[in-house]
Amino acid sequence: MTAPSYTRADFQTDQEVRWCPGCGDYTILASVQQFLAGLGRPREEFVFVSGIGCASRFPYYMNTYGMHSIHGRAPAIASGIVATNPNLSVWVITGDGDALSIGGNHLIHVLRRNVNMKILLFNNQIYGLTKGQYSPTSEAGKTTKSSPYGSIDYPFNPVSLALGAEATFVARTLDMDRNHTQSLLQAAYEHEGSAFIEIYQNCNVFNDKAFIQLTGKEERVHNRIDLEDGKPVVFDEGAKAVVLRDGQATIVDSSTVDPGAILVHDSTRPDPAIAFALSRLSHGPYGPTPLGIFRNVSRPTYESQLNAQVEAAKEKRGEGDLAALIASQGTWTVKDPSSNGG
Amino acid sequence: MADEIATAEPPTTAKTETLDKVVIRFAGDSGDGMQVAGSRFTDASALFGNDLATLPSFPAEIRAPAGTLPGVSSFQVQIADFDILTAGDEPDCLVAMNPAALKKNLKDLRQGGTLVINTNAFDERNLAKAGYDSNPIEDGTLEGFRVIEVPMDELTQEAVKNTGVSGRSVLRSKNFFALGLLAWLFHRPTEPTIEWARKKFARTPEVAEANVAAFQAGYTFGEATEAAKITFEVKPAALQPGTYTNINGNMALAWGLIAASQLSGLPLFYGTYPITPASDILHELARHKHFGVRTFQAEDEIAGVGSAIGAAFAGSLAVTGSSGPGIALKSEAISMAFMMELPLIVVNVQRAGPSTGMPTKPEQSDLLFSLYGRHGESPIPVLAIASPSDAFELTIEAARIAVKYMTPVLLLSDNQVANGSEPWMLPDVSSLDPIDVAFAKHANGRNGTFLPYMRDIDTFARPWALPGTPGLEHRIGGLEKEAITGNVSYDPANHQLMTDSRAWKVANIVNDIPDLEVAGDEDADILVLGWGSTFGSIRAAARRVRLEGGKVATVHLRHLNPMPQNLGDLLHRYEKVLIPELNTGQLRKVIRAEYLVDAKGLNKIAGEPFKISEITEKIVEMTK
Ligand code: SF4
Repeated sequence: MTAPSYTRADFQTDQEVRWCPGCGDYTILASVQQFLAGLGRPREEFVFVSGIGCASRFPYYMNTYGMHSIHGRAPAIASGIVATNPNLSVWVITGDGDALSIGGNHLIHVLRRNVNMKILLFNNQIYGLTKGQYSPTSEAGKTTKSSPYGSIDYPFNPVSLALGAEATFVARTLDMDRNHTQSLLQAAYEHEGSAFIEIYQNCNVFNDKAFIQLTGKEERVHNRIDLEDGKPVVFDEGAKAVVLRDGQATIVDSSTVDPGAILVHDSTRPDPAIAFALSRLSHGPYGPTPLGIFRNVSRPTYESQLNAQVEAAKEKRGEGDLAALIASQGTWTVKDPSSNGG
Repeated sequence: MADEIATAEPPTTAKTETLDKVVIRFAGDSGDGMQVAGSRFTDASALFGNDLATLPSFPAEIRAPAGTLPGVSSFQVQIADFDILTAGDEPDCLVAMNPAALKKNLKDLRQGGTLVINTNAFDERNLAKAGYDSNPIEDGTLEGFRVIEVPMDELTQEAVKNTGVSGRSVLRSKNFFALGLLAWLFHRPTEPTIEWARKKFARTPEVAEANVAAFQAGYTFGEATEAAKITFEVKPAALQPGTYTNINGNMALAWGLIAASQLSGLPLFYGTYPITPASDILHELARHKHFGVRTFQAEDEIAGVGSAIGAAFAGSLAVTGSSGPGIALKSEAISMAFMMELPLIVVNVQRAGPSTGMPTKPEQSDLLFSLYGRHGESPIPVLAIASPSDAFELTIEAARIAVKYMTPVLLLSDNQVANGSEPWMLPDVSSLDPIDVAFAKHANGRNGTFLPYMRDIDTFARPWALPGTPGLEHRIGGLEKEAITGNVSYDPANHQLMTDSRAWKVANIVNDIPDLEVAGDEDADILVLGWGSTFGSIRAAARRVRLEGGKVATVHLRHLNPMPQNLGDLLHRYEKVLIPELNTGQLRKVIRAEYLVDAKGLNKIAGEPFKISEITEKIVEMTK
């Protein structure tokens, strides 16, 4: 069978896209559609599952199979899909409230189990759909409708969280950078297991310019730390570098260190400690922030092990025999007293 | 003083008395192995051919402090030579392995009943722990019972001394000693127990042999010492010809799910979180992967149901199971499954609530919650299992409804059904009706479009199109759908139509439900209506009333939503209607509201089943 050839339009639905004009979600939608069209994989093999929130409208706009479910539960629902049909390509679309507040439990468990799904977390650091309350990634002190005196919640660092759960693939990108986004989508797609991508997404209505340090023409030069495998971690046009000191990633002036001391990025390190150290370089997009793939290691997927157990059981015991099953606890026979069997 | 005492005098032959039924309760510390002793006695009786019913009772704590009242675990079994319906009201024979077990259970023992006591456990410490000021064996407390005093610890130690077990393992076999003694006392066959012990402990042969030795020592002790002047026999029951097994409700339910999977050709997926008393369903299913069963022990109750909804979307026979508190957590997702119109079986093994309540005790208090405990208008089908032997068939029925009508179905069980057991005549599996499944394969709209909410003209069910099917890509979700297209819609008339359509679809299931049949005296003045695990007690009570010359009709509901078509007619045919329930009157409330019948209730919230006598008395009182 030849691979279908698609354009982005093949992945669009007839439903009117209803995000606020200027919302970063539009760009991400375009990146994803573009990326899938380029894969040439049959459209019916994709399933998009979302929870609740602005981002979670996403499946309605994807001409694939999809489910817009309930708040926070998309990873659990997707687990059921992957576990029972590993031939599908399953994507979870979620937001910072959906994945990290109400659905935090499901997120960490799906990551530790390594269920083969691609999780795109649109992090806009605010509750958009409910109109502007602080989220679990909002900066401390943020003034919102529900925090008029400033938020006293300490925020999550989603990449640190995913690494803490020992996710096998962890990355971060930006809505505006479509090429970067698509290259991470490709890597996530190729990864066998859970892939977690945090996408900084601008909510121009309730939290505009939250990522300006990474998107602004001038600012991004100083702040964007691109993680590339095999390359030393340097940024700000080479002026700054990242070194490890006492196990911590530290930013230094490149001129002050021996080039050999600069950390060389390797996302495939089995131990997540250095990836975690890199994730601690930033506590939100307010200064120098790493983007790219933090971790990309292989571990058996949940569904492959589950299905292997099923297959092994069939092999060993033969296909289940219902009549034998219901008689397996010991039986006795009551004879018909009228017959002579007696 | 006790009138039957073990003596060292030369044995004479004990008299044998033949009984039509006998109720035996094994009671001891939760570490004493009473559940094992009880179930072995039960299995031996089942293989012998008695009809029987069991009721285990154990503490919620895995190991409450040894020797204390909360630590007492017990197992009651009734065996009979006719078809019985319950595990019996009061034991005829009680085995008490320690003072706490005696204290907790003696009040239930029938006057003149037989009491087997492990005298070694009646030391000062244990007596104090049980709250006895003086030793009940000596102070006259046991007057009026036939007491068999046995130094079980000593005799067990002696029996197992050459088997190779040592230390604490030695006394672990004392339940088998008690079992051996009872095997003698009630003329039970010994081979099934010996065989079972050798098989069960095959990996630790010394433990197997210790148990066998203790069992045989118990039997011999009875025989040699004439432990009782009278022994009892209960002849095999004249059950309907067929092959039987002894089954509890959780296992029958698990097997029913596997059967439904085979009958439908859909792989079984069970997404769940461990909770008493539903966990055994998970344990049983997890053992049978060769049937293509996939079990998913989720991180919480919500993920349990969530994963099942995902599996349903992808084309499995999807099931989630829990007990009341867990079902509460699943409630939002069940409403979503109802909205998405996906097939899903939700098992609720009810326990005494609210909140953590009494997790190991039975109660029927989740009926209204099952019928109405969801947000929005979400009337899902509800079925309730009547007895352990009913679980297999009704579970298949739940699957049939879920798949045929594309809807979540609530299947109610409870602690009594789940852990109680009774003989079940094995069905001929080749004669079970297949469950028809027709996945959507082709576009059903113009120009090759797929309309995910185009309903079947007979069932109102929407098509089930699996991800992976070319051309049928579609999105479902919790937002209100436009009829036919399934697109998101806020149109007022559409919401009315969709709400009505979902309700019609479920109401329409009534056409698949057989009419209720009245058991007993059709011309009685009183109808006793029951549902769920009260089946046995109600039927047995009615039987007793009839034996005493009274007239009573009974009817039992297995379908709680929708209810059988002829229920209204039946209710109006009788002057009086009684509804016994292990709750404060939940079915009664529904019946009164739906059928305008002045039904009376008999209600009990004590964490235990009805005694037959309680229902009998109420019937008699109402018909006076
Ligand atoms: S509220 Fe914010 S996140 Fe939501 S659609 Fe509007 S701009 Fe986008």
